[in-house]
Parts: sequence; structure tokens; C-alpha cells
Amino acid sequence: MAYLDHAATTPMLPVALDAYVAAAREVGNPSSLHAAGRGARRLVEESRERIAAALGARPSEVIFTGGGTESDNLAVKGIFWARRAADPARTLVVASAVEHHAVLDAVDWLGAQEGAEVVTLPVDGDGWVDPAVVADLIAERGDQIAVISVQWANNEVGTIQPIAELARLAAAAGIPFHTDAVQAAGQIPVDFAASGAAALTITAHKLGGPVGAGALLLGRDIACTPLLHGGGQERDVRSGTLDTPGVVAFAAAVESAIKTRDEYAQRVAALRDDLAARVRALVPDAVYNGSAADRLPGNAHFSFPGCEGDALLLLLDAQGVYCSTGSACSAGVAQPSHVLLAMGADDARARSSLRFTLGHDSTVADVDALLAALPGAVERARRAGAWKTPR
Amino acid sequence: MRVLAAMSGGVDSAVAAARAKDAGHDVTGVHLALARNPQTFRTGARGCCTLEDSRDARRAADVIGIPFYVWDMAEEFHDNVVDDFVNEYAAGRTPNPCLRCNEKIKFEAVLDRAVALGFDAVVTGHHARLGADGLLRRSVDIAKDQSYVLAVLTRAQLDRAVFPLGDSTKEQVRAEAAARDLAVADKPDSHDICFISDGDTRGFLESKLGSAPGDIVDGRTGETLGSHNGAYGFTIGQRKGLDLRVPAADGRPRYVLSITPVSNTVTVGPREDLEVDVVTADRPVWHSSADIADCEVQLRAHGEVVSAAVSLADGVLTARLKSPARGVAAGQAIVAYRPDADGDIVLGSATITAGSRAAANA
Repeated sequence: MAYLDHAATTPMLPVALDAYVAAAREVGNPSSLHAAGRGARRLVEESRERIAAALGARPSEVIFTGGGTESDNLAVKGIFWARRAADPARTLVVASAVEHHAVLDAVDWLGAQEGAEVVTLPVDGDGWVDPAVVADLIAERGDQIAVISVQWANNEVGTIQPIAELARLAAAAGIPFHTDAVQAAGQIPVDFAASGAAALTITAHKLGGPVGAGALLLGRDIACTPLLHGGGQERDVRSGTLDTPGVVAFAAAVESAIKTRDEYAQRVAALRDDLAARVRALVPDAVYNGSAADRLPGNAHFSFPGCEGDALLLLLDAQGVYCSTGSACSAGVAQPSHVLLAMGADDARARSSLRFTLGHDSTVADVDALLAALPGAVERARRAGAWKTPR
Repeated sequence: MRVLAAMSGGVDSAVAAARAKDAGHDVTGVHLALARNPQTFRTGARGCCTLEDSRDARRAADVIGIPFYVWDMAEEFHDNVVDDFVNEYAAGRTPNPCLRCNEKIKFEAVLDRAVALGFDAVVTGHHARLGADGLLRRSVDIAKDQSYVLAVLTRAQLDRAVFPLGDSTKEQVRAEAAARDLAVADKPDSHDICFISDGDTRGFLESKLGSAPGDIVDGRTGETLGSHNGAYGFTIGQRKGLDLRVPAADGRPRYVLSITPVSNTVTVGPREDLEVDVVTADRPVWHSSADIADCEVQLRAHGEVVSAAVSLADGVLTARLKSPARGVAAGQAIVAYRPDADGDIVLGSATITAGSRAAANA
């Protein structure tokens, strides 16, 4: 088996799994006043401090959530609602065309249900947002913008955005800037304070923690209307009993991932470069999508002309090679990737793509397995497009 | 063999896939997304491509332990089945969309893609027998037999088809599904036309073809008896829904005898005028000799069988029925069978073009 889908989810780190199991053996609601509750609260608050320290945030800026999708929804909707309530003229929601659906669909929902005007930021052929476009928009309509959301790095093609520059433009105009750093955290340096962002999404299971634990780093002065009302946990922004084992394991994973990040990134980028070079050598017309320079270390993304991505995926899966078409599914039907379409690809190229993502346990054997299976799969998938069985 | 199991989300295709795996094949499950805008949930027994059906199929594949994918065949289905259905009605014929789906989707578009991707055959949950002798036969379960809608398959298509359920009754299939812990064991059978979710065929055709008022006339006198909103809404042999202004003199019910798209006329008459004993058909798919003195023919899905002599010449099939049949509609298939103790054997199939009386021909 060669697992080349770490951007979907990556194995839990042993240190995170051990921390999870140890915490899950204990009873105690962090909101309870007795000793069991205090014990749980101590674990949660220590975890909050560790995550904050690792990501350049203050502990009070860490809002624990159920994961990346919730954090994105909370940031986009919550900040929009609060900003519009403070000034009804702020009806614009700005997001890039290559956001994850957790942002895109939340933004679209605000447009359809809440009367927001959605402004989509275009990207170039590498999937990169041009800060000049944002500067022009702010100059023209800054007083109407409720929130701007641009991901730190793209989940499909791995392109890293100029976050500090975008955040600085927004901050200068007093506009809250949110960034989805789900794919970036643990892969490249992510520092909340240094970035200048008002809100930042992270999730545990992309960096070796458990699924179902995430956080929104939210500046202390950023008003955000809750999605979930109830017991008033997490600054009253996110009610719900805190997931002590999930939070503890999340902190262990973040700490470990960030401590080893430079060495990890160097190793994985070298492995990825080897993968990309060998793919191009074996399939010379394969198109390498995304930026060559500003790219996540574990990401390789190709279009294979004449192939359908889902046919390739089926053939590689049968050979024990696990990758992704990287695109959203509706009833399991592959849709052409909105990311590649936004980067200027046509429908056929968008449908012909595969994403290979490496992680902390990836080895050269995984790359070897892919390269052993890929040429045959590409040849078969090409034939499948035009094949007619004699009858 | 490496086989591709088409999984609708129903009980039959789930058990078929499981049996193929038990038989030692390397099985991959595929659900065909056929609707352009799938509904989230099933409503009643209609439809076969809601998201719920897709999930049911995936769940069954997980229990069986086979890979599972969804293939988007919505465009192919729309072009070859739905458009054909509408066009056939518009031409005054009565199509069978399940037959067309087998011919053009499951054993053409899907089979082509499967073979190109390295599969040897397509497995489906159809109730029909296809044994080592390569002959297509009726299912053990006559009430569920689907050989009529499979008879259109050519030799080459049949050579790449596997029907694991032909020796079982529906009851046995359901019991086996339950024994295999497949959640679809008790799922209701689908029926009617999957792409007309409310079951209103006439309303569906009207939405596609628009309203086209015309006359309903008496086949014997030529008298205008009533009007209709579109001749495409009628089928040969239909009695209900005629809404005639002029009752028949003898008080007996009247039936649709013919549909004439050119004049947009629906012709009706008494039941005996529906009787035909010569049926002609084109587009034959034939597995037997060109002249058969004695066989059985079936003229519509789940219809009765009639003894006949059949001859094939110049691509036209002529069946002389030994007793008259009623409700023979152009566009339906005529399927010839040779009775056999191990399941009646399909000799061939063709698309009905006309039915007539031998006396009138003489």
C-alpha cells in the first residue's frame, strides 16, 4: 500500500494518540467546578497554551471547534454578521476563487440567504491571488467590506498565498482578514501574530492529531457572532462541552509537527521533487499544476491529458496506490475542480487531474509504488476515453 | 475474471455483486449516476438514482468488501434513453426505456469503459439465466424474469455479461441479502420509469413535447369521438383516460387502435379490432436460424406469450401468430423464445414496426 493522500488526512502521531488515550480514560467536564472538572480544565487550558505558543497566538485567541469546516463557517459567517450589525453598509464578503468549499459554500450561503454581496478574487495560472487586486478593491469599496477570506495554502495544488501582504492591506483599512491555514499549519511557518490576520483556521487531523478537533484563532478585538449557542464556552463564541482528549491530542500533534517542521519539510519536499521528476520522465506530457516555488512541501498535482482523473484513481487504487482527484463530490460524481478552472484550465484538463500528497510517514517506497503503477494506468485511462467494445 | 458490478442501490444488484465475489472474481462495484439533478431521498418505489440509492449501493459494497465508485453516465443516459423515449412517443411508438438502457448504457457505455479499464465483464442483478452454453434464458422466477429487456443484447455483449441471479427467486435473493447483512434486503422493488419520479408519463411527455390538441376518431366510421392534448400521450391497447364525448353505440369500452403522428390523430375501436396475428419488426438481434416454424413470442414486458412462426429476411422479422394478440405497439420489442425445461431460451429480439390481420393482408 502506498498512501499518497495526506492532504485528506494523515496518520495520528504516536504522541498524539497516547495523549488522547490517556485523557480519554479520565472523567471530567472542563466546565464542572469539582476536582474532576478542574482536572479536565487544566488539561484543556495547558493545551490551549501549547497550541497558542506553537502558532504565535495568545491563549485567549484560541477558540476550540469541531474542525476546519466549523472554524471556516464561524469565521466567515460570524464576522460578517457582527460587522454588518455594527454597520449595515458592510455587505461585501470577499473570498478567493480557490478557497476550500468550507469557505466558498459559507460565502455563497451568505449571498443567497443573508443578502451579502459576494466578491470573488481571481487567481493566476499558478492559483495565486494578486494583492494588487485586493488593494484596488479596498480602495474602491473598503468601507463596504465585512470580511476577507483567503486561504494560506491551497488544498488541491498546494499554492501558498501572500498572506502577510493581504492581511496588512486589510488591517490598514480596518477590515478583518480570515485565512484558512488547514493545509499550511505544520508544513510551512504559520505565525498568527506575525501574519496580521484577524482569524485563522486550523484542524488537528491534517498534522497528526484526531479528526473532529480544530480551532479558530480569533483576535481578541474581533467581534464574531456565534453559530452555536449554549453554555457559553470559548469566549461565548463557541458553546459546547470541550472535547478534552481531542484538545489534548491536538496540542500534542501541533507541538510535535511544529518542532520537527523544518526537517520534515526538507525531507518531504525532496521526496516530492523526486516524485514529480519521475512522473514527468515517465509521462512526458503530464502537466504539473500550481506554483513551482510557493508550494506546500508534500504536494504534487498533475493533469494527465486524455485521461479522466476518476479512471486513473480506480486503476491506481486497484494497485494499492491511494491518491485523490482533489475535487469535490456530489453523490460521488466527480466534478471538475473549481480550483483548476479558476486557474484557467479547461473542463477536460480539470477532470484529468490527480493529487499526490506526502506526509510524515511517507517513504521512497511509496513513490516507487506510484511510479510502478502510473504508466500502465495512464495508458489504460487514455484508451478508456475512446474505446468501443466490438459487437 | 476482473468484473465490474453495476450497483443500483437495490437488493438484486447487491446480491449479484456478492455472488460474483464468492465465485472468485475480482469485483469492483460501480453505481451509475443517471439523473442530471439527483434527488436526496427516494420517494416511494420510484426512481433509482437518488443520493440515497448511491449511499445504499456504497454501503452494500463496503459490507461485501469490494471497491466502489460512482460513474457519471447522466449525459449518455439522457441522450440515449430519455431523449429516445420522448422521440419514440412523438413518433407514435411505445418505447421500452429499460431495454434501451441495457442496450446503450449498461452493456455499451459502461461495458466499453469497463473493458477499456481492464475489466472482463459486467455483472448485473437482472433476473435472467446466462450459463456456460452462452444461451440467454428466462429466470427461474417467471414473475421477475427480465430476459425480455435483455434480449436486445448481441452475442458480443452477452459474452461480457454475468447474471448471477437467474437461478434464484426474488424471495431467495432477499433472504440471502438478509443473511449477508445487506441493509437493502427489505428495500422495496423499484418499478415504473426511473426518470419520471412522479409516475406521470403523460405529464412528463407534455412537459417535453408541449400541448398538441388533436382528434380521437372511430376506427370503423371515421367519426370524431373526442379530443386529446397530444397523441404522444397514448399507447396501443390503452382504454383508460380517453375521455370520449360520444359513447359507443353498443356501450362497450373502446381502445386505442393506432396513433398517427402526421395527422395527430388517435384512432379507437372495440377490443376485437385490436387483434393482430401478423407482427413485423426491424433492428433484429438474432441468435437462431432465419426461419422458425414453431416458437413463442412475447410482445411486451410482462406480456403473455403467443405461439408463432417466425421468419427473418432482409433485416425484417415477420411473426405469424397462431392465435391473435392484442395491444401490440410499434416500438416495443418482440422477443422469440424456444420453450425449455431449464428456462425458455431467447432466440432473438426485434423492434415492432406494425401489427396486422392476416385476413386483411390477403
